[in-house]
Amino acid sequence: MSTALITGASRGIGRELALRLADEGYDIVVNYLFEEEDYAGTVAEIEKKGVKAIAIKADVSQFSEVEAMMKQTVETFGSIDVLVNNAGITRDGLLARMKEEDFDAVINVNLKSVFNCCRHAVPYMMKQKHGRIISMASVVGLSGQGGQTNYSASKAGIIGFTKSLAKEIGSRNITVNAVAPGFVETPMTDAMPAKAREEVLGSIPLRRGGTVKDIADAVAFLASEQASYITGHVLSVNGGMYM
Amino acid sequence: MIYEKIAEIISDKMDIDVDDITMDSTFESLEIDSLDMVEIVMDIEEAFEVSVEDAENLKSVADLVKYIEDNK
Repeated sequence: MSTALITGASRGIGRELALRLADEGYDIVVNYLFEEEDYAGTVAEIEKKGVKAIAIKADVSQFSEVEAMMKQTVETFGSIDVLVNNAGITRDGLLARMKEEDFDAVINVNLKSVFNCCRHAVPYMMKQKHGRIISMASVVGLSGQGGQTNYSASKAGIIGFTKSLAKEIGSRNITVNAVAPGFVETPMTDAMPAKAREEVLGSIPLRRGGTVKDIADAVAFLASEQASYITGHVLSVNGGMYM
Repeated sequence: MIYEKIAEIISDKMDIDVDDITMDSTFESLEIDSLDMVEIVMDIEEAFEVSVEDAENLKSVADLVKYIEDNK
């Protein structure tokens, strides 16, 4: 049986990605950070699908915590076949007023976490001679976005990292790809002022926001056998919002 | 003993006959690239319980044997 580890998986998009990969038959490692997150509920829901699941608490911005998480994953399930780098935060603000800690926090949680997780998962994947790494980028990592210099830098960083690592370890049958969502309908975007929301949706050729399922479909595809010849790719899932 | 174990690890990893590996073999002559070297070093670290910090300076089997002897 294959194992998938999803960072930031106790809630939001990460939770849906975990559930979707459970549907595909993977045993799941639910990484989470805060005790108040419903990681136990996520694990219980995954187990209902007939696969195994564990939750591991780790701050993915911390090198040694991630090392311990990967070790525990392999000790528990025997392998790490799919790594989904999903954990991320925003600290939006205009550059001229942005606090240094808000830049650093976003880079550490969004980008350094990808280094940490790949750094500690890749040695296992090299030994297995197979692996799939999928990192969540963003449309703003490609297009840029005022008010998000920190966030878009972290996401563009993930794209460069993805392409470089894909070149490095392709010979070991490990694929490394990114998914770049556009405007995804979530409780956060539902809370936007109606006019702003309509403006964004009107600028999308497919005339709707993305769903979490749209994102999960892309991740499940890149994890699947059908995507075995795809590496170093950034898969935009944005309704044509940016091409 | 150290040499035999190293030769065995290289032979396994590179799928070459252990008899084709000698103390004088350079990694280049064995067609070991940088990524192969990373994998070999990981196995050696596990086998000898050492940490190899500067693998890029090691050019031959003899270098590796000496490194393990000095750091074990």
